[in-house]
Amino acid sequence: MNWRYLLPYAAILALAAATAWYLHGASLPVLDPKGPVGAAELRVMIITVLLCAIVVVPVFILLFYFAWKYRAGNTATHVDHSPDWDHDNWVAETIWWLVPAAIIAFLAVLAWQSSYALDPYKPLASAAPPLTVQVVALDWKWLFIYPEQGIASVNLVEFPADVPVHFELTADAPMNSFWVPSLGGQIMVMPGMETQLNLMASGVGDFSGSSANISGDGFSGMAFTARAVTQSEFDAWVQSAKDAARPLTLDAYDALAKPSSYDPVSLYAAPDENLFETIIDRVMMPADGAMDMNNDMNMDMPSMPGMDMHSMDMRMPMPVTTAP
Amino acid sequence: MNWAALIFGKLSWSVFPDNPIALGGAAFMVCCALLVLALITYAGRWKWLWSQWLTSLDPKRIGVMYIAVSGVMLVRGGIDALLMRAQQATSVGASDGILAANHFQQIFSAHGSIMIFFVAMGFMFGIVNLVLPLQIGSRDVAFPFLNSLSFWLFASGAVLINLSLILGDFSTAGWLAYPPLSELAYSPTTGVDYWLWSLQISGLGSLLAGLNFLITIIKMRAAGMTPMRMPVFVWSVAGSMSLVVFAFPILTATLALLALDRTLGMHFFTAGGGGNMMMYVNLIWAWGHPEVYILILPAFGIFSEVVPVFSGKKLAGYFSMVLSIWAIVFLSFLVWLHHFFTMGAEADVNAFFGIMTAVIAIPTGVKIFNWLFTMYRGRIRFYTPMLWFMGFVVLFTLGGVAGVVLAEPPADYQLHNSLFLVAHFHTMIVSGVLFGYFAGITYWLPKIFGFRLDESLGRKAFWCWLFGFILAFGPLYILGFMGATRRLDHYAAGLGWQPLFIVAGIGVLIIALGFAFQVAQLVRSIRQRRTALDTTGDPWDGRTLEWSTASPPPAHNFAVLPTVHSLDAFWAAKQEGTPADVRYEDIHMPKNTGAGIVIAGFVFLFGFGVVWHMWWLAIFGIAGAFISALVRTFAEDTEYVLSAAEVEAQEKARGRAPALMPL
Amino acid sequence: MTDAPMTGVREQEANAADGLKAFGFWVYLMTDLVLFASLFAAYAVLHTSTFGGPSGRDIFDLPFVLAETVLLLTSSFTCGLALLSARAGSARGTFAWLCATLALGASFVALEIYEFAGLVRAGDGPSRSAFLSSYFTLVGTHGLHVALGLPWILAVMAAILRRGLSRSSLRKLMLFSMFWHFLDLVWIFIFTVVYLMGANLL
Repeated sequence: MNWRYLLPYAAILALAAATAWYLHGASLPVLDPKGPVGAAELRVMIITVLLCAIVVVPVFILLFYFAWKYRAGNTATHVDHSPDWDHDNWVAETIWWLVPAAIIAFLAVLAWQSSYALDPYKPLASAAPPLTVQVVALDWKWLFIYPEQGIASVNLVEFPADVPVHFELTADAPMNSFWVPSLGGQIMVMPGMETQLNLMASGVGDFSGSSANISGDGFSGMAFTARAVTQSEFDAWVQSAKDAARPLTLDAYDALAKPSSYDPVSLYAAPDENLFETIIDRVMMPADGAMDMNNDMNMDMPSMPGMDMHSMDMRMPMPVTTAP
Repeated sequence: MNWAALIFGKLSWSVFPDNPIALGGAAFMVCCALLVLALITYAGRWKWLWSQWLTSLDPKRIGVMYIAVSGVMLVRGGIDALLMRAQQATSVGASDGILAANHFQQIFSAHGSIMIFFVAMGFMFGIVNLVLPLQIGSRDVAFPFLNSLSFWLFASGAVLINLSLILGDFSTAGWLAYPPLSELAYSPTTGVDYWLWSLQISGLGSLLAGLNFLITIIKMRAAGMTPMRMPVFVWSVAGSMSLVVFAFPILTATLALLALDRTLGMHFFTAGGGGNMMMYVNLIWAWGHPEVYILILPAFGIFSEVVPVFSGKKLAGYFSMVLSIWAIVFLSFLVWLHHFFTMGAEADVNAFFGIMTAVIAIPTGVKIFNWLFTMYRGRIRFYTPMLWFMGFVVLFTLGGVAGVVLAEPPADYQLHNSLFLVAHFHTMIVSGVLFGYFAGITYWLPKIFGFRLDESLGRKAFWCWLFGFILAFGPLYILGFMGATRRLDHYAAGLGWQPLFIVAGIGVLIIALGFAFQVAQLVRSIRQRRTALDTTGDPWDGRTLEWSTASPPPAHNFAVLPTVHSLDAFWAAKQEGTPADVRYEDIHMPKNTGAGIVIAGFVFLFGFGVVWHMWWLAIFGIAGAFISALVRTFAEDTEYVLSAAEVEAQEKARGRAPALMPL
Repeated sequence: MTDAPMTGVREQEANAADGLKAFGFWVYLMTDLVLFASLFAAYAVLHTSTFGGPSGRDIFDLPFVLAETVLLLTSSFTCGLALLSARAGSARGTFAWLCATLALGASFVALEIYEFAGLVRAGDGPSRSAFLSSYFTLVGTHGLHVALGLPWILAVMAAILRRGLSRSSLRKLMLFSMFWHFLDLVWIFIFTVVYLMGANLL
């Protein structure tokens, strides 16, 4: 037996060993979630891989077995055949159409159930009341507005552990995507629209977040921190923002929104009333403020498909029906 | 009246690159181009090049030109990849790497655009040109002139996208340029315009080529070749071209709408003005998903040719293989939303598309099983094409698992736009599309050029590509799980990402070595071609009609058009023996013409004019293209005749002296 | 392919080649249909996004549109008559009906340009809102196709002048008429979806 045949397998084994050694002790947030959403999403991944293995493992075994056994040099297996010796094998065909189909059927049920269960818009089941955080993606930083607490922060979103956080998100920048992999999946954020995400941390800790959609030169500087703390620590943090007494007026917001990247964490107090809604509406409204927003919404834009102007939902537009 | 702006548009002295790497790249490209021109002049080969190649309507020649252009573009896309890896391996913590953020973003946008539109599509159309007419027993495609025009439009697009390296900048919005980033407000430079028009121009060429090949298959098959006697490669091309014909107009429309936004200030996709950026995402992926199946189906078809021949056994499950092609074609129009599960659609919408995406794995799996069972009880010869197949099964299956994971919407919520996604689609495209096309090129090159390729260098190339790929993309799967998003030009220290990026960089270097081996293989094979001549026309003991012709075939392919009685027609003929007497007839062949070059040249001027806002040039270009096309329709002397006597003489001579590609 | 008289196998081959070109052009028209379908889809999504500007009801002038429709449909009719004349062997008849088609088609384009120019002058051009962008583009793309058909008619007429009703002239006429009727079909969709539904008559 030619030892050279074994070289590729040895190389693969060596690579696998090196990988395992490297990963031991490494941090893989997606595989080590710190919140129920991430954990559920990971379960979906694992079930999928296991189901696929039912097909993939036989494929690998057969590939290498056939390649070895029926290689031209192995004269022992030579079968004398005319061109048509191998009639279509309907048994084999049935198996390899139906078995994958059955697996896909399981995966279909999984897709249906998990898409509903893990809908980003679905509020999380919890005894604690949700904390609302409004998120604005800017060039190239994240602004977090806490309407109930009356504070705001840049590049740091702090919240109590074991409390569901209800995010309302928009952008005043190109399309972005809000992602904290330790806690769960991402959601795209777009200017002029509002979307939602619900996440929760199962314990205290610092989790890194980023933007997962390119939005311009400084996009790599959009890393932020999501910090889960105890309730008292959270209250103290809110108080510290108020004490810093930097009001987030519309003018202060406009200054903040100017392009900058790798911004340090900063805290604001007293964000303007309805600042979040104003930011959204400014994109959607024509520049000449002469328009009467209310009238126009009812007449010319009666049923922005799926997009209610007040709490602009970012659901997929349904086929348009014109208003009567 | 600002005459300078009117004449020169946005051109100015500041449009040349301003950093060393970009300047170096531009200079290198210009030098290579000048070197090639100089070599041709020195060898006195302009007339030959013009009359034998550039103006040829012979699909075998057009196919070689497609592959040549794609090979060059592969170098450009590959250098982009090396630069990206170098940046991501070094730009961590306090270091900013070797590229500015804006430059890095141009590079990955160029990398993706070039690899899809100018490498993969080019290789595909090249191989189809080389093989399809021969395999169906035809002399040519349905519309020979359109074939030439399609190639030259493709080349025009390639020139335009390469010009962006020298004049101005390129798009920084990724290979699909989502708005509003790609709108004027966020991308005011010429970058997105270059991207847009080079794709639009080559996309037009692709559409016409798809139409051409589809009709060729429907109308130009040899007598007796009923659909169920067609080789599976032909079926796969039929499926792929059907997708081209349905999907590419969507791309044309979408790019046009973005162009209208950017050039005439319209509001299709802008933020504000009523624009809807989500509509762009839907439209572009309604094209984009069929596009990846356009690329993979012919690769599957190639494996369906290679595996039976090198297993010495007919393809298992012919009917299943055909059925699975059409299942894939049909389903590929029902999955596009899986590219943006995270855009916020309702659960039932996401679930539907996730389910359809998973379903499309079924026909793909069926194909793999049929290939495996073709090997079963065969006599497998591991020539290079078969090695590419083995590498394909190993990698593509694993990448497919990643795809099924991503097809579950909640899993995608985590992994979308992470490096896991990047690793997945590269696995599919490199191990599926690229390995398949490499297998095809090594398999069919003897037919086209008349000599076999050096096996030893071919094997080295394969192993480098295989292990290079594993090293380059294995770490990316892991990085995805580590929360690394794609397209980052810099990341924080202490995350444990850098060593993986370094390994990935080494992997790309090994792939580059593999490519070098392929070039070396070509060079060595050409130099020692007389020792590896294919004198029989059938170097692999093939099964299909192309192997019944000389290597290389004459321009008219077949002296007498074959009549087909079964599947694997050539194999059957070999078993039964060839007929004793044949009747030769006059053959009408299309004459060479430069009209395709002229029309495409005008279209290029139009594209350049629009990009640089030189409106006079744009109008001149589009009018010139239209008029040249009109003039061509009046051309009457477009054919030449090969008399029956000449055909007979050529056929008789074939037996005596080996014929190399007439050079 | 020459226009020389052919018999037997050569004639069969010539007929097959012509049929092939016609089939190819059909497939091309189907791809054009997908292009228009994409523009219709964009219009469907964007037609309520008036961004404070006018809506369809405000700008559509139905009598005007009716005139355009009559012109275009009649031009399709005259094009059919041209084809019939050609089949009957009358070069002069074909020529005349093609002139009529040209005149009617040119009038259609002129009316459309007039409508568009009026809107732009009133400040309701395609950059005013997404609705107007999609309206101008959908209707304008159709108009552009018609406009490109006009020099095509001239080319067919030139071919007939040069070679009479030869094989190649007949083929050119046939392909042109397929194109022209196709544009008619698209117009009927535009008329219905954009104008009639926009004015809430449907």
